[in-house]
Amino acid sequence: MAQRTRSQQADRIRHLLETEGKAIHATASDFDANRQRAYGATDDLEALRSKARSIKEDAIDRLPELIDTVKDAVEANGGTVYVADDAADANAYVADVVDAQTEEHDIAGDGDTPSVVKSKSMTTEEIDLNDALAAAGIEVTETDLGEWVLQVADDTPSHIVGPAMHLSRSEIAELFNERFDPDEPFETAEELTRFARDYLADHIQEADVGITGANFVVADSGTITLVTNEGNARKCAVTPDTHVAIAGVEKLIPTLADLEPFVDLIAKSATGQSIAQYVTMLSPPTDSPTLDFDDPEEPIPAGDEGKTDRDFHLVLLDNGRMDMREDDPLRETLYCIRCGACSNSCANFQSVGGHGFGGETYSGGIATGWEAGVHGQESAAEFNDLCTGCSRCVDACPVKIDIPWINTVVRDRINRSEEPAATDFLVDGLTPDMEEGGLDLGKRFFGNIGTVAKAASATAPVSNWLADADPVRGLLERTLGIDRRRDLPAFKRESLVDWFEKRGGEAASSRRASRAARDTSADLDREVVLYPDVYTNYVDTDRGKAAVRTLEALGIPVRVPDLPESGRAALSQGMVATADRQASRLYAALAEDLDAGRDIVVVEPSDLAAMHREYERLLPERSFERLRDGSYEICEYVYGLLENGADPSALSTGDGAEPVVYHSHCQQRTLDLEAPTVAVLERCGYALETTSAECCGMAGSFGYKREYYELSMDVGERLAEQIDGAATVVASGTSCGDQLEGLLERDVPHPIEVLAPGSRL
Amino acid sequence: MTVDTVGRFERALEGLEVGFERVPAADASERIEMIVEEPAVGAPLPFEGVTLPASVTTEPTSADLEAARTGVTPVGFAIAEYGTVAVESTADGAEPISLYPERHVAVVAESDVVPNLSAGFDRLANGFASGQDSVVFATGRSATADMGDLVHGVHGPGDVDVIVLEDR
Repeated sequence: MAQRTRSQQADRIRHLLETEGKAIHATASDFDANRQRAYGATDDLEALRSKARSIKEDAIDRLPELIDTVKDAVEANGGTVYVADDAADANAYVADVVDAQTEEHDIAGDGDTPSVVKSKSMTTEEIDLNDALAAAGIEVTETDLGEWVLQVADDTPSHIVGPAMHLSRSEIAELFNERFDPDEPFETAEELTRFARDYLADHIQEADVGITGANFVVADSGTITLVTNEGNARKCAVTPDTHVAIAGVEKLIPTLADLEPFVDLIAKSATGQSIAQYVTMLSPPTDSPTLDFDDPEEPIPAGDEGKTDRDFHLVLLDNGRMDMREDDPLRETLYCIRCGACSNSCANFQSVGGHGFGGETYSGGIATGWEAGVHGQESAAEFNDLCTGCSRCVDACPVKIDIPWINTVVRDRINRSEEPAATDFLVDGLTPDMEEGGLDLGKRFFGNIGTVAKAASATAPVSNWLADADPVRGLLERTLGIDRRRDLPAFKRESLVDWFEKRGGEAASSRRASRAARDTSADLDREVVLYPDVYTNYVDTDRGKAAVRTLEALGIPVRVPDLPESGRAALSQGMVATADRQASRLYAALAEDLDAGRDIVVVEPSDLAAMHREYERLLPERSFERLRDGSYEICEYVYGLLENGADPSALSTGDGAEPVVYHSHCQQRTLDLEAPTVAVLERCGYALETTSAECCGMAGSFGYKREYYELSMDVGERLAEQIDGAATVVASGTSCGDQLEGLLERDVPHPIEVLAPGSRL
Repeated sequence: MTVDTVGRFERALEGLEVGFERVPAADASERIEMIVEEPAVGAPLPFEGVTLPASVTTEPTSADLEAARTGVTPVGFAIAEYGTVAVESTADGAEPISLYPERHVAVVAESDVVPNLSAGFDRLANGFASGQDSVVFATGRSATADMGDLVHGVHGPGDVDVIVLEDR
């Protein structure tokens, strides 16, 4: 499939925002809030998540052995295991089982259509099982209500857990009234559910074969585990005498004991329930009697005959998974338990749902890994850009998958598979990256923003006037995809580093800090290197100056050297090689300061997050740990100073009634660094309120891109609604501040600008 | 098992809007009779001194199962923490009897109420070792939000009652 143009993508996203966004947001954000509550109420949550992850790591590592184990176990129980290489293989096997079953019951050839009832299974969506069975003359009925609605509507799932999440009650009622023409039109969810229950009960009772997925398969006992709320999977598994369970090979876990943390976690992460209504653990063929509704007068308990009647087939699907196992970044995808938490916690997903943020089958953040692994990179390329790397899903994932990293790596691979464009020369001079030709021009531009900013600063204010001129905006939109409705950042002629040097550099800073220290009793023998990230250095120099003044007022001498880029910008565009080189350079530039015991203080949370998260994959372990342990977010650092005796009265303090609304930053939240900023502002006498909206929607360069401008605004408006009317609004991230300034039409400074001595507040 | 565990179980069931009754074995039959809505089907109760009331049909036909409004079954154990009952797949049909009718009445011995999921998995492992290797952890009422609002009683029971038999 060819990738869409920017304008096709913009149209598609606009359409989804208008048609499906509202219903998706209502349910997904509700699930996410419930998940957060459920996680918060679970004392040993972190231990559970670590345990679950280590079980998955071990299981995927031992997968070939577990496949042999489960074969032995299921066969010993009296069932059959079939390992299918791909979709066609799996579909053909299932069709054969259905045919054999119907022949045995002598219904083939007498005009009856063999029939199958199914419970919800994303794996069968992945292989398009329903279409394959229909082509083989088999009637398939979905029994999960959401899946059945989609079957009636001839639609596709928009969410891994809630497949019909994009449809509202009234849309479903309209669909059903049209299709089933009831005497009294359906209106309430209750009426729709009753109708579905009765309609589907008939199909389940008449079915020849029941097909289910499996959430987990316990290898050594041959136990399949189904986690559901409706009860349809139980009925599909035990009513017909033939049961086919289809599961990806990655669903295998070694033993029953290994199942426990997953049973404890999966409903919490998916919907915020403590446990799902039905956790069905079947080691088929089971002792339960089969139900023959064609023979209503026969008592159902059948003693041992029940067992001998039953036929069970476990189909384990490879379809690319064994290759994913050998591919380091994609391997983690196999730990996924498909709870949908990464979708629910994602601001972009909440706005467009899985029809926008999804590929052929899977949706949400983890879908990039699944689609790249089972359907190929092209399917992932369709939506991969919707992951902004905000990392909110990282704390949501019950098995601690680094979902943003999978997205970054796959983006890099997609970039490298593009053909070089004739217009590459436009950005070549500005982009000293490590990337090959063919990379999207806009990505290359934003990925090299440090160099761009340096050049623009050197020529400011002319560069700003030029950038604002209509013809230039048109050119930027056409070539780089920068939406012309966005205000561009205005570059400062004097960078933060230049300003710092001009006021006397570190010698002057030391003098200022000693003077301040004399006035207080605190003896804080620390020195700081303030990291001049691209925006703080060239665009929003005020927050950098505020940081310097704040630290000096608390008695801390500061240095602001000219330092390399962190690699954050490159990472957000999937330019891993460039980021890798930048990480090495930055570490090298800071190594001496770290050895000298200086603290690295960072204003922009996304740069700190690069050092604390992604650098683990880019630097040797010791280098990563040294930089991580020696670097701090600015307000976190101020919090530490105040805790250690620094005097807050040196700062601009409020009277306790000064209302301030604070919007933290996605990556800052993932690093658990929202709390220190809150604590510092409160300690300094501000009456603080915080936002609960996941994201501002800007996410670095994302909101500048023409195809994503409207999505970015949709996400941003949800945040703006929360803080509209507040007297003072502060935000930690540059792009959060820019987005809020655009939406609220007023200044949104960094918290450090409020705290700095002589603040305007 | 302590009285606290049963108290915790009761509170969990309350949160799930599941009925809870704690009765001496001798009174169980009478109480079950009061709770069931007829027609009712059931699987035999393996507890000493406890029998199903006559109004509950055992060894039901599939027609009985389809028509039944209540299904009464024993459960192997219960997990207090989450209000979960462990329905075992047995040849007498406890699994379909607990699933098809609109109301499920689960009967459990007080000594079989365990405090938490870990203890539940210990019981599960013991059962697996002795051949009881198909079990449903059922918690609360069947539910769906797929039609746009939360509705109880979809494919499974919309009403659930748990009867805890006091230790003899």
